[in-house]
Amino acid sequence: MKELFKTNWIKTLVSLILTFVVIQLLISLNIINSYLQTTLATICINIILAVSLNLITGFTGQFSLGHAGFMSIGAYVCALITLKTPTIPGFIIGVLAGAFTAAVIGVLVGLPTLRLRGDYLAIATLGMAEIIRIILLNMDSITNGAAGLQDIPQFINWRWLFLYTAGTILIISNFIRSSHGRACISIREDEIASEAMGINSTRYKVTAFTIGAFFAGIAGALYASTFNFIDPKIFGFSKSIDILVIVVLGGLGSLSGSIIAAILLGIITTYLQAFANIQMILYSLLLIIIMIFRPQGLMGSKELSLSIFSKLGDSFKSKKGRV
Amino acid sequence: MEQLFQQIINGISLGSIYALIALGYTMVYGIIKLINFAHSDIYMLGAFIGYFSMTTLKLGFVPSLLLSMLFCTIIGVVIEKVAYKPLRNATRIAVLITAIGVSLFIEYTTMAIAGAGVRAYPQMTGFLTGAYRLGSINITVHQIVIVSITIILMVSLQFIVKKTRIGKAMRAVSLDRDAAELMGINVDTTISFTFALGSALAGAAGILVGIYYNSINPLMGMLPGIKAFVAAVFGGIGIIPGAMIGGYFIGIVEVFVSGYGNSLYRDGVVFAILILVLIIKPTGLLGKNSREKV
Amino acid sequence: MPILSVKKLTKSFGGLTAVSNVNMEINEGELVGLIGPNGAGKTTLFNLLTGVYIPSSGTISLNINGTTKSLGGLKPYIICKNGVARTFQNIRLFKDLTVLDNVRIAMHKNVKYGLFSSFFHLPAYTREEDELIKQSMELLEILKLDHKKDELAKNLPYGEQRHLEIARALATNPSLLLLDEPAAGMNPAETAQLTELIGWIREKFNLTILLIEHDMSLVMGICERIYVLDYGMVIASGTPDEIKTNERVIKAYLGEDLNNA
Repeated sequence: MKELFKTNWIKTLVSLILTFVVIQLLISLNIINSYLQTTLATICINIILAVSLNLITGFTGQFSLGHAGFMSIGAYVCALITLKTPTIPGFIIGVLAGAFTAAVIGVLVGLPTLRLRGDYLAIATLGMAEIIRIILLNMDSITNGAAGLQDIPQFINWRWLFLYTAGTILIISNFIRSSHGRACISIREDEIASEAMGINSTRYKVTAFTIGAFFAGIAGALYASTFNFIDPKIFGFSKSIDILVIVVLGGLGSLSGSIIAAILLGIITTYLQAFANIQMILYSLLLIIIMIFRPQGLMGSKELSLSIFSKLGDSFKSKKGRV
Repeated sequence: MEQLFQQIINGISLGSIYALIALGYTMVYGIIKLINFAHSDIYMLGAFIGYFSMTTLKLGFVPSLLLSMLFCTIIGVVIEKVAYKPLRNATRIAVLITAIGVSLFIEYTTMAIAGAGVRAYPQMTGFLTGAYRLGSINITVHQIVIVSITIILMVSLQFIVKKTRIGKAMRAVSLDRDAAELMGINVDTTISFTFALGSALAGAAGILVGIYYNSINPLMGMLPGIKAFVAAVFGGIGIIPGAMIGGYFIGIVEVFVSGYGNSLYRDGVVFAILILVLIIKPTGLLGKNSREKV
Repeated sequence: MPILSVKKLTKSFGGLTAVSNVNMEINEGELVGLIGPNGAGKTTLFNLLTGVYIPSSGTISLNINGTTKSLGGLKPYIICKNGVARTFQNIRLFKDLTVLDNVRIAMHKNVKYGLFSSFFHLPAYTREEDELIKQSMELLEILKLDHKKDELAKNLPYGEQRHLEIARALATNPSLLLLDEPAAGMNPAETAQLTELIGWIREKFNLTILLIEHDMSLVMGICERIYVLDYGMVIASGTPDEIKTNERVIKAYLGEDLNNA
């Protein structure tokens, strides 16, 4: 057993280092120029958003249509802090403060709404996100209302993006493979049976919701520090839908699916910019087609793992060898 | 006092629109448990078709109304057949996302064809330009037309649902699709018919709004759509009289908040109502509690 | 003191009274049966005992290790934490999860490491996870499911699914075990095996068992006492022999000849 853990650790570490170094290289060689760097930032932010939403909706089975609401809180808190203290420590505090504030709001939103099921929960979360947006819109003195916040100091570079994105993936993945994570998954599978096994389903729904909100807050903070301008409109229903689409496309219940989908869609939208007019038309058609022909998304609820290669090897062996 | 009555009258007009749209949401949810995100876009198409009918085809109000309703009916049925029917047995999330896809598709295609800008309805002539005064209360003929047409449509709908065979079929399929099928009801036709009815009403609402508010644009369905949906939930999602009551309730509340309160919070109040309903009684005003059998 | 004491328990749904004035006592270590025609309210009674439903009136008292607790109105997970476990009439396994996961999840309530340990897989996590796997495998071995630990629950044959339901309930470390039609859908050979298993786990895990069943060979074969429910009311209780010859019981089953069980 210990051996198994060791090799997993090494595999993870190696792939992380490789990813970091390769992309850093591409940036330094300007193969990933500043335009593509924005795409890279968007993809990383979307990965964090998708993975955190997947925890809530894919793994715990709680349908949330208001994820952008938590993102907006992280964005505004971080923006306000870094505007006041435009230093690196200020940035770090901003991100963490944004995340924790989002988490607190997550608890406040989750407690009353998480006893609803299915569609009702979906609408409630949508309503909550809209209320957050309207409040942000009306807190003129702090948030500058509809005009938004400008000239937010930009601290984002590949190192920060990598740290936060990899960190998010690792923490959420660790959580899912723990007993607490399994408790959440059991709620998705059968809430009544889960309760009968001694699991406080409300507590775990709120836990998953809060963790998801925390990381959405981080994503929002990163967004503010990348794009140097935010207004409430950015974090509306459309954004929540965008994130949900990534999660569903990748496969509800698959973290690697969310990552792959975020990367793919990021690349696709970048290329579709050329067809700005029909971009959204193609995008919406894509949605419909994928839902009709492959509703479980790319990965279903499975994870991508290196064991896929050993499985292929096995099937070769059995074809050659035995009966 | 007179201001109060004026607000009530304005609220009833607005409420009629919400009621018409809410009916479509509630009927579709009742029969296939889908929140049809594309419904508000059918309302928008109704407005646009009415626009083209009155400007390009130079038809009068009543023919345009009928044309709008007809086209919207067709579009609604086509959407159901193409996008929703294949997903009859899929997960809720899959259908929901498809609905969102259809909604986006309609919005952006309309933008591509008709441009994203706002268009103004042609000036109304004849009896539609009138208004009646009772003291300082102003009731426009528009408002009377909206309310009367809404009442006619709602009464017709109630008649269809309560007194015809197809109406009975709709109610049966809402309660238990499989049992209805076993009883010999053609479920596909019934569902299509439900979409047809809802879309017709939405189309009517669209052209009525176009005449009343005078301006239309491809994204005009979003906000009224959400509010009408809240209305449907408030009255009891899936329950037809609930949608009617809900529509008028939301319409009146909105007008009052706008008139007496802060118009920035006008939209926020509607969402607050949604949250309150979902927390206090998710099945809505007229809804019954249903339990999962363990 | 009896481990379970039910007094005047009633549950109404609107106009329908599903369980009416039920009195029941179960002593520690007993194996008691609950029988009755379909729709008599047996599963509703289980749901009341496990917190799925809140009683309309009446009391449920659980007495374990000297402490008495009133169960009426408590949430299901709290009742489970107090030592009551159940299986479901229509199997409610975590279908898309593995056999091992199904059992591990049932052990969750005893896990001590917190969220922080789970985020970073601290030593406490590793230690307890190993322990969880060890304990789960022990349980699976007893129920002959250890070789299928990585199989998805939905892919198991029916009989093994029922075994897994029981394994899961046992994993919560109960004092009182409620089995809802454990032999449903089993052939006579499987039922005989199950009968033996139930007796065996009662010994091994020091359990008190209350079971709902329609299969009379199981009920008569293993139950020490039987309660008979009809239209939500207890119409008879006693030993299997007493029940077999009880007029009211025979009538309730509309002529079913219990002597041939």
